[in-house]
Amino acid sequence: MSQDFRLDNVGMVNREKKISFKFNGKKYFGFEGDTIASALIANGVHLVGRSFKYHRPRGFFGVGVDEPYAILQLDRNNERDPNIRATEQEIFEGLEVKSVNCWPSVNFDIGAINNFLKMFFPAGFYYKTFMWPPSFWYKIYEPFIRMAAGFGEASIKHDKERYEHKYEYCDLLITGSGPSGLASAYAAAKNGARVILAEDKPRFGGSLLTSDVNIGNQTGVEWAQKIIAELKSMPNVTVKNRSQVFGYYDHNMLVMSERISDHLPKTQKYLPKQRLWYIRANEVLISSGSIERPLVFGNNDTPGVMLSSAAKEYMKVYGVLVGKKPLIFTNNDSGYETAIEFKKNGVNPIILDTRSDPSSDIITEAKNLSIEIKFSYVVVAAKGYKKVKSADIAKISDDKKELFNIENIKCDCICVSGFWTPSIHLASQSGNKSKFNEKIDAFVPDKSKQQESTIGSANGIFTLEETIKDAFDKGFDVSNKITEKNNKISVPTVVEKKSTVHDKFWCVPLPKGKSYKRFLDFQNDVAVSDIELALREGFRSIEHVKRYTTLGMATDQGKTSNLNGLQLVSDIENKVVPQVGHTTFRPPYTPVSIGAIVGREVGKHSKPTRKSPMHSWHEKNNAVFVDAGVWLRPRYYKQGNEGIFEASKREAKNVRQNVGVCDVTTLGKIDVKGPDAAEFLNRVYTNAWLKLPVGKARYGVMLREDGIVMDDGTTTRISENHYHMTTTTAQAANVLSHLEYYLQLVWPELNVNVVSTTEQWAGAAIAGPNSRKLLMKLFPNLDVSNEGLPFMGYKEADLFGVPAKIYRISFSGELAYEINVESDNGYFMWEKIMEVGKEFQIQPYGTEALSTLRIEMGHVAGSELDGRTIPYDASLEGLVSKKKDFIGKRSLNRSAFTSTDREKLVGVVPIDKTTSIPEGSYIVKDPKAKFPNPKLGHVSASCWSVEYDNPFSLAIIKDGKNMIGQKLFAMSPLKNKTIPVEIVSSHYVDPEGKRVRS
Amino acid sequence: MLYINCPHCGLRSQNEFAYGGDATVKRPELNKEISDQEWDNFVYLRKSPRGKHLELWHHISGCRQWIKVERDTSTHEIFKTYKANEAIE
Ligand SMILES: [Zn+2]
Repeated sequence: MSQDFRLDNVGMVNREKKISFKFNGKKYFGFEGDTIASALIANGVHLVGRSFKYHRPRGFFGVGVDEPYAILQLDRNNERDPNIRATEQEIFEGLEVKSVNCWPSVNFDIGAINNFLKMFFPAGFYYKTFMWPPSFWYKIYEPFIRMAAGFGEASIKHDKERYEHKYEYCDLLITGSGPSGLASAYAAAKNGARVILAEDKPRFGGSLLTSDVNIGNQTGVEWAQKIIAELKSMPNVTVKNRSQVFGYYDHNMLVMSERISDHLPKTQKYLPKQRLWYIRANEVLISSGSIERPLVFGNNDTPGVMLSSAAKEYMKVYGVLVGKKPLIFTNNDSGYETAIEFKKNGVNPIILDTRSDPSSDIITEAKNLSIEIKFSYVVVAAKGYKKVKSADIAKISDDKKELFNIENIKCDCICVSGFWTPSIHLASQSGNKSKFNEKIDAFVPDKSKQQESTIGSANGIFTLEETIKDAFDKGFDVSNKITEKNNKISVPTVVEKKSTVHDKFWCVPLPKGKSYKRFLDFQNDVAVSDIELALREGFRSIEHVKRYTTLGMATDQGKTSNLNGLQLVSDIENKVVPQVGHTTFRPPYTPVSIGAIVGREVGKHSKPTRKSPMHSWHEKNNAVFVDAGVWLRPRYYKQGNEGIFEASKREAKNVRQNVGVCDVTTLGKIDVKGPDAAEFLNRVYTNAWLKLPVGKARYGVMLREDGIVMDDGTTTRISENHYHMTTTTAQAANVLSHLEYYLQLVWPELNVNVVSTTEQWAGAAIAGPNSRKLLMKLFPNLDVSNEGLPFMGYKEADLFGVPAKIYRISFSGELAYEINVESDNGYFMWEKIMEVGKEFQIQPYGTEALSTLRIEMGHVAGSELDGRTIPYDASLEGLVSKKKDFIGKRSLNRSAFTSTDREKLVGVVPIDKTTSIPEGSYIVKDPKAKFPNPKLGHVSASCWSVEYDNPFSLAIIKDGKNMIGQKLFAMSPLKNKTIPVEIVSSHYVDPEGKRVRS
Repeated sequence: MLYINCPHCGLRSQNEFAYGGDATVKRPELNKEISDQEWDNFVYLRKSPRGKHLELWHHISGCRQWIKVERDTSTHEIFKTYKANEAIE
């Protein structure tokens, strides 16, 4: 295999292992340890995408998280990952990636016509271009923007990969394994602290991997390897590579995404694809390093223009040359290091240094290697469309305003260095307001708001000696606060080349008569002229300029563009950068996949599934289930080829005619105990509770303080100081919190305890005219006569050897009982009821029949008690005590609640007695009235009345009771139905309530 | 994510708690004649201070106790936590 741009015997990739992958359908080779970027560059490929706005050709600009261009889409095991940075994604056998933002292909892109229409894409083009005419929006503009925008397409298929979450605690979290991270981790670990060291790249060492330095008589790389090996062997240290700490949240909670399988052909059986770590750290040392700053000149986005540090890393880590005729354009000594590296590998670079006469060790070394250096020189513009072919260069005046001797020289890449920008993102996220450091023309962290400190070049320290010393000290100091072991290790000696000061110059002026685009934000195509325009149009605040021009708003969050943007604004405004300030950094520092954020909580696992003890019986008997909160409840039991309508009608009818049994385990149950329990219930419920005798149940309604009905249910006095409260399935948790609130905070003097017993009891409601006969057979030794166990009575008894509680309560309006046994006996109870009930034609019924039964009885449920109704609205006025005070009573005096035209509960029957009324329909007087039709109210619940064999609905309408007898219309614009209806009483069946008392 | 020191359980993550609003609101006594204005203030009106705020949290996935937390609403700094009926300093 020959790769034109691969160096022999240089770099850290595994030459033993060749890997093939596909880019835009074409097969390429690389080595294990290559990224997509390094492997493509080795193959001489530089064109990888098109830019966001102008669709200009895009190559590689960086070598890591800062990469603004090389965003690809990855296909892996039939799954799709958009927004992959080619500079981070390692290659594996069978990898397939393709370019985004280009159509039909990266080489021939129709969108590139935007480049010639750039007068239509000025700053704020989103706000200007697509405004008029309005009818063009959804037909032309929106599809155009959607097709042109974005960095790939998300898959709409279910992601079969596994993502996990992990919670971890540590004394010290260190974010980055460069020299400062390693030194502080080592010092802290040796001092007994529990340390987590996170590195976003596969290899540890950060800048040590590419710099020519010595630490403790070893090369930087050797020292890094030794420290990492020792850290890995220590039980108090966790070392993680491919792990990016991307968010710094409150109270020292940091979140890290670990890419476990992204670099493997296939996820291993017991490993997730990615793992999200929630780390609560006592202390954090931010060692996220710095990112090289671009220099701004004409066409500086042409493929082949890249950061000089990236060019160096491609050589030293991957053994790859980014070009064979490199031009190094620099305002500081870093460019020289790259030039020296080229030279060592047999390539002759030319250095253009903006400074007039700098001198330092590094410059001397470059001169000694006879590298061609041009001082006071700049690149005016890159030439070439899909790849740099040459550059216009010029001598620049001392005041940096005028260009002389413009000439064109051949080159195949331009490596730029505009000095360094500390990565202060995490510190900024933690609440640390940064300060501007004049010496380095960049912001560095200021005072900590949380337990964090920034070290190394992220803190603006650019000499290794100072970095190592400061990091050892900080590692010791923060660990000693926690461990107090005083185990301080000595700082190793550091040998490095001394560099001199950088030049504050960053933007090359345009030569006369030229209008080259000079880009600031490479990912969002924001050029110098866009910022100038925004300022001319009156934008001043940097936050506004950012949003108007989209500077720094792309997925790279302006890692390479922020400071140059600020420099430009301050230059135009005649301010200094700190006066302009910078925009806020927010998490995530790098893009995080949605899968990692969601973790295992997808589909059925997004919430727990609760099943009653009788669940398996329901399954065996063809129950069709419905989600009721987190519970699964039988909706109906299917017989033959019945649908939901036939089955629920059959079940409901059987309750009215014979007897049915319903699983009511899901109802909320709360034990209320204590000498003041009666007084407490009296305050919680709207009706009177002080005189309820032992062995009796009562129906109650509870309000919120604003007078709205919160919940309803029956509560039974089991013994003197013990009540058994039931709540609706949905409100069980809220009611418990509500009771605890009043007991703990408002009336702590009440001696009452509450505890949830929902899971302790299995419940079966038996309802229908035959239910007493059934009860007699189930409890032969118990007096279940109307006198022995009257309506709202309560008895404890023995069910074939199992202790049971019997409540004579009814939701269906029929003679009914609810039997509770301990959960473990639930299945046994159910089977016994079915077995004994056979002779009485018992059938199980589900929630659909349950609904039918309660609707035709006019019993309210969640669809009526919908967070808007007060007791009077739901015909519950009889339950509101005039004598005593209770939670929410004072609110019932509000004028809105006492007004006569409040919407109240009624029944609705279609005139034709056949057309079902859709739930949610409006009740109106005149169906032909102009839209929006004045509405009297809405239909809250509908059923097929089994008593009268016609449709019946409940509705909540204005002036409810007085409307009874009126002929109105139910309108459902959604279903496109208008149904003539008659308003009737909500108590459609057995309005006197004889059956429940029979 | 906040780290809340439950006075009953110790330091616990925010996701074990439910927020309960302003802890300085006092419910009017039962059976007491009060003006519409007073009742309205109790039910609806809340200050939304920038800075120190005494608020209720309910340790629903822990001890189920309601606690009071003194927190800075802009920095999220938690100064002190109290049991439901502990005297506030
Ligand atoms: Zn607690």
